[in-house]
Amino acid sequence: MHVSDLALTDFRSYPEVVLAIPAGITAFVGPNGQGKTNLVESIGYLGAFSSHRVSSDAPLVRQGCERAVIRARVQRGDRPSVVELELNAGRANKARVDRAPVPRIRDAAGIVRSVVFAPEDLALVKGDPDVRRRFLDDLLVQLTPRLASVRSDYDRVLKQRTTLLKSAGAVRGGRRAVSAAAEEESGGGTSAGGARSAALRTLDVWDAQLAATGSQLIAARVDLVRRLRPHLASAYEQVSSAQGELAVTYRASVTQARPDDAPDALDSPSAAADAEEELLRPDVVEARLLEAMSRLRPKELERGVSLVGPHRDDADLVLGGMPVKGYASHGESWSVALAMRLASFELLRGDDWGGGDPVLILDDVFAELDGRRRARLAALVAPAEQVLLTSAVAEDVPAELDGARFDVMAGEVTRVR
Amino acid sequence: MSTAYEGAVADLIAELGQLPGVGPKGAQRIAFHVLASDTADVARLAEALIQVKARVRFCVVCGNVAEAEKCRICVDERRNDTQICVVEEPRDVVAIERTREFRGRYHVLGGAINPINGIGPDELRIRELMTRLADGTVTEVIIATDPNVEGEATASYLSRLLGSMGLAVTRLASGLPVGGDLEYADEITLGRAFEGRVTMRA
Ligand SMILES: [Zn+2]
Repeated sequence: MHVSDLALTDFRSYPEVVLAIPAGITAFVGPNGQGKTNLVESIGYLGAFSSHRVSSDAPLVRQGCERAVIRARVQRGDRPSVVELELNAGRANKARVDRAPVPRIRDAAGIVRSVVFAPEDLALVKGDPDVRRRFLDDLLVQLTPRLASVRSDYDRVLKQRTTLLKSAGAVRGGRRAVSAAAEEESGGGTSAGGARSAALRTLDVWDAQLAATGSQLIAARVDLVRRLRPHLASAYEQVSSAQGELAVTYRASVTQARPDDAPDALDSPSAAADAEEELLRPDVVEARLLEAMSRLRPKELERGVSLVGPHRDDADLVLGGMPVKGYASHGESWSVALAMRLASFELLRGDDWGGGDPVLILDDVFAELDGRRRARLAALVAPAEQVLLTSAVAEDVPAELDGARFDVMAGEVTRVR
Repeated sequence: MSTAYEGAVADLIAELGQLPGVGPKGAQRIAFHVLASDTADVARLAEALIQVKARVRFCVVCGNVAEAEKCRICVDERRNDTQICVVEEPRDVVAIERTREFRGRYHVLGGAINPINGIGPDELRIRELMTRLADGTVTEVIIATDPNVEGEATASYLSRLLGSMGLAVTRLASGLPVGGDLEYADEITLGRAFEGRVTMRA
């Protein structure tokens, strides 16, 4: 698929901009801070329903305006369609497909698919687990838009449960949670005891909610990791000249948090494979989460945190048997980050959504790479149906990616080639 | 934004900005609409606001809005006493009444369990519900809290609480827009959800 026309209203720095974009390769060139990234960010948003640069929508709405609008004409095979997203400051966003409002915003998802490469991608390898969780979840939502509500429900449940743990811990007043819970059961009560008992009575309900939504999210992520695995290995092979296979495994906090006497799940490769198999079953994961929360309850009350669930999980990247984080060089880390994006691209084009290639966005990424990786990446992405790239200077655009060009200066976008 | 205006206009914009669904620009637009309106029209609006607080109160039985001690539904003798539908807000009663699917009584909780907002079971009208159920007249409790995380938590809390009382506890069938408010569901969808309600496991 490709985006043939893009119109932005009050998006970021743009009061109004309308562009016709060709299929194939297009470069947006201009010094930093002139608005080139904002253009590709808007197309990335139509794919992921979130920005690759900020986690909230507020910065996307031009200062002093109530809403930003992204409108795109999309060519999928021979079927053109128009997607329109209205981002409202402080209110629910709205979407239209072919000018008709859709009941739920996610009904507009899945029309555009995109993969964004950005300088921040190095954090996929070197950053904290939350970066990799977000990578998995963003990809999941593009593949299965239905999961967007599972993801947001889980975030909400987690926030509610953690707040409850904190407040129940606070009224405990320094006593050990275990004895407080025992006292609660024997019916002892002061006014602080009353507040505590109300909190504890609802904790079971939130445990159940966390297990129900969390297990769906974990099972979906594990399934994704399994589908991603072969693409990741081959993408790494193509982008790097180093020896060794790139592997990924899902590390679930619910597995790590098992009782001390349980056999270590990752002791042998076959045990690890069995453990992964089990994580694919939401019912099994749900039961495990419930068991872990009931066992960890005193500790959770004491610390005021939710200790198990998808929010504590990670994707472990292993290169030739060694963990990438901490062992790989800067250049190797970049190869792994690029492989993760390329594998996403392969996965998104390969399933049966019927739209062909996702839009490939390379936001200012070539300046970060050495000559060899630059050339390999350029050669790998060049055949995609549509490649949109940004660069501060035209010289940073590899020769393989010669195509249409827009100059972007002070919010003015001019096609020069 | 209202800092750009002075005195009475600034006060009005600030007050309007407190209303749900009204942003700073909206507040400004309404304020200037009021300024441009006839004095009589503005007086009618002001009077309506004052009267609604003076006359309307909450039904002592079910918590719905009422103009007397009890609401219209609680005093209606044709309603079925064996079913109680539990909702979060009075506006949900209106939404369900529109479907004409339900002829029993209501119980308005006054919200949903929401730790972030400091709302637990004791802040909701759950004790009042238990009192109403005590004499055994009610045989089915239909839980119609909102189809979002807080509504689900409230429903599951109630079903655990009521499970041991020998009542049928049912929940509206899925199919309602997820994450939304009950009041936004259209009549047909809500009516279907009512008809297809399912027994909750305690
Ligand atoms: Zn009443």
